[in-house]
Amino acid sequence: MGHPLISMQQAGVKRDHRWAVRGLNFTIERGEIVTIVGPNGAGKSTTAKLAIGAITPDEGAVVRHNGLRVGYVPQKLFIDPALPLQVSRLMQLTTTVDHAACARALDAVGIEHLASAYVQDLSGGEFQRALLARAILRKPDLLVLDEPVQGVDFASEVMLYDLIKTIRDTSGCGVLMISHDLHIVMADTDTVLCLNGHICCSGSPDTVVTNPEYMRLFGGHSAGQLAVYQHDHDHIHLPDGTVQHADGSISDHCHPASETPHA
Amino acid sequence: MLDDFFTRALLAGVGLAVIVGPLGCLIIWRQMAFFGDTLAHAALLGIALAVMADLSPMIGVPVVTVASCVALLVAKNSQRLSSDTILAILAHSTLACGLILITISGSRAVNVNGLLFGDILAVSKTDLMVIYGGGALIMGIIFWQWRRLLAAIVSPEIAEAEGLSPQRAEWLFMILIAFVVSISLKLVGVLLVTALMIIPAAAARRFGGSPELMAAMASVFGVIGSVGGLYGSAYFDTPSGPSIILASALILVIVMILPRPVFKLMIRRGAK
Repeated sequence: MGHPLISMQQAGVKRDHRWAVRGLNFTIERGEIVTIVGPNGAGKSTTAKLAIGAITPDEGAVVRHNGLRVGYVPQKLFIDPALPLQVSRLMQLTTTVDHAACARALDAVGIEHLASAYVQDLSGGEFQRALLARAILRKPDLLVLDEPVQGVDFASEVMLYDLIKTIRDTSGCGVLMISHDLHIVMADTDTVLCLNGHICCSGSPDTVVTNPEYMRLFGGHSAGQLAVYQHDHDHIHLPDGTVQHADGSISDHCHPASETPHA
Repeated sequence: MLDDFFTRALLAGVGLAVIVGPLGCLIIWRQMAFFGDTLAHAALLGIALAVMADLSPMIGVPVVTVASCVALLVAKNSQRLSSDTILAILAHSTLACGLILITISGSRAVNVNGLLFGDILAVSKTDLMVIYGGGALIMGIIFWQWRRLLAAIVSPEIAEAEGLSPQRAEWLFMILIAFVVSISLKLVGVLLVTALMIIPAAAARRFGGSPELMAAMASVFGVIGSVGGLYGSAYFDTPSGPSIILASALILVIVMILPRPVFKLMIRRGAK
């Protein structure tokens, strides 16, 4: 398997004297898709920032593979209307790329025809695809996507997930994705991390059910791309920061068993 | 040739317009027009302090404007106030402080009117050297760091993730503006510096195309505004600084009124 792209060892980040996220213990391998789910304020974005090296941990360690190339797809982007930015120029935001490579990347995400369109004129789905094309142009070892399908209609969501899988399959890069939804993750996810200030539970989504209710809700054809992730929370976080376990006992950390991946 | 005051004024105006074009665009894209204004107000305090300490304003002004940038960043990170509010507080307290110091010092060397509105006709050969020398340096830095400056505006997160620190871009942007304000103060004064930077950039927006084209067009419009304004001020016997700004504003209005197809045609020609 070689070295993992990223290895977090009990990493934690402090914000304003409080732990934004703590005890992060996971790795991302080449070709692996890791999805982070969790409620607002759970530290999802902080974890992503740790992974890309934008912030350093206050405790523990984050070991990144030597010369790791990261491609980043941000959550949402507001671009001032006064900035004339065509898609082809957006492709070159952080590095110079040749015309042919740019056209190939846009073709791969299906928006080659929009190369000379202004980014402010794109729809949510088109913009997200453009950002994805921009990220893969860098030939990243690790693709980090922060809620890539937020504000995107359902058909585009399915297509984006399909694209991400294709990119992973062809380039072999690792993928770290933050999901906007607590319960729905991409079906090809290898590992799901449920975050709430720490890793509550994690594992492969074989716990996924093709729930008929869910199928009806999303029109059935989504089954291949999306999956329901079932949580098994065995403890409750109390307001004072302590943890109440299933057996009623209270400690200041969650049960160690809940932090190891389920096989 | 440089012995003629009008020629010197023209050269100063043209040089300055070229420098502020790209910076004006960055200000517009960052939505920080008020930031330039704040630095210009703070510059007045810089002049007052320099006069009291018997130093050149070319030292006093950059020191105070850069200090204001630091104050802004510190306040932004530690106080629960919007940048807008902090900028207004900084702008007017430094202005008040500067005006009081100038009065206390009783110096006849300081012409407050000249500080507020500038006096481009009084530009000396030394000033020209500062404009062209400093301008070349500023342009060099902008060219060299353009990708970083632009990436930080489009998405600080992407810039951060892909190794172009947006914090560094912010510092760089602020310091560049601080120095340009210092250079342009003598020409157009505290009250008009921001207008000199952003009006040509706003006019250039109609051209679309790319960020780079817009930056270049901002310089072109700035040059036309400076030259037109100076000749206008000579012809109508009006104050030079305000005339330059008015000329730029007139260009902006004309550009805004012109129908879109004109620009599309120009861009297409430019692209080929």
